[in-house]
Amino acid sequence: MSDEMMEDEGVVKKLGYVNRKAPYGTVYALESLEVVLIGAAFDQDVSVIFMDDGVYQLKKGQDTKASEMKNFSPTYRALEGYDVEKLYVEKESMDTRGLSADDLIVPVEIKSSEEIMQIMEDQDIILSF
Amino acid sequence: MKFSIMISEGPYTHQASDSAYLFTKAVLEKGHEIFRVFFYHDGVNNGTRLTTPPQDDRNIVKRWSELAEAHKLDMVVCVAAAQRRGIVDPEEAKRNSKDTDNIAPGFHISGLGQLIEAGIQADRLVVFGD
Repeated sequence: MSDEMMEDEGVVKKLGYVNRKAPYGTVYALESLEVVLIGAAFDQDVSVIFMDDGVYQLKKGQDTKASEMKNFSPTYRALEGYDVEKLYVEKESMDTRGLSADDLIVPVEIKSSEEIMQIMEDQDIILSF
Repeated sequence: MKFSIMISEGPYTHQASDSAYLFTKAVLEKGHEIFRVFFYHDGVNNGTRLTTPPQDDRNIVKRWSELAEAHKLDMVVCVAAAQRRGIVDPEEAKRNSKDTDNIAPGFHISGLGQLIEAGIQADRLVVFGD
């Protein structure tokens, strides 16, 4: 990967990840998080958006013991250490599910669906999961 | 224009791989460039040479292999996703002590960095998923 990084040096694009699915039930959330972590090494301008059931990915108190799934939610707390600090959550998705910022394991910015649309519009690359 | 393609679903259950294939073909026919095709999530299952679809149906894997051969496409299967789902090239088979490999011609296994690079290097990254 070091060769690639040399080649891409200096190119900074706005890279947006859109997470729309619940953390368990499908593998999308986990494999999205893996891309975010690997992608952090490329020093891009990263935003991570959570909407629809994707807001559940950040829910506090996830307990996966009974389902024998790996609880990967603590990893979201590590994102800050990877300089992934722009986390946006769609307000309408939170409201529909009765969630508030206090229910989430990391500090986020809550944005209206119109603002989220603008954030997406501003990105050079969107990876949706 | 330079395109990169990401495919998130396996063959046959979802139409994502079909749509991605037809889009990729159209891109090339219009004289544009494909920087890379990246297979992620169940999309890695597009890269097994062991599928045998009915003869009157499209052969999704073979179709990708042929397109890669004809246009020298860089078709990358994500290593982490592939390991979970049993998509193995000779190198991975050796590294993880498997008794065989199953990667189809034209595909190769590499890291997620290739996806990020595909986004950075291309003018457009188009995601085909569910």
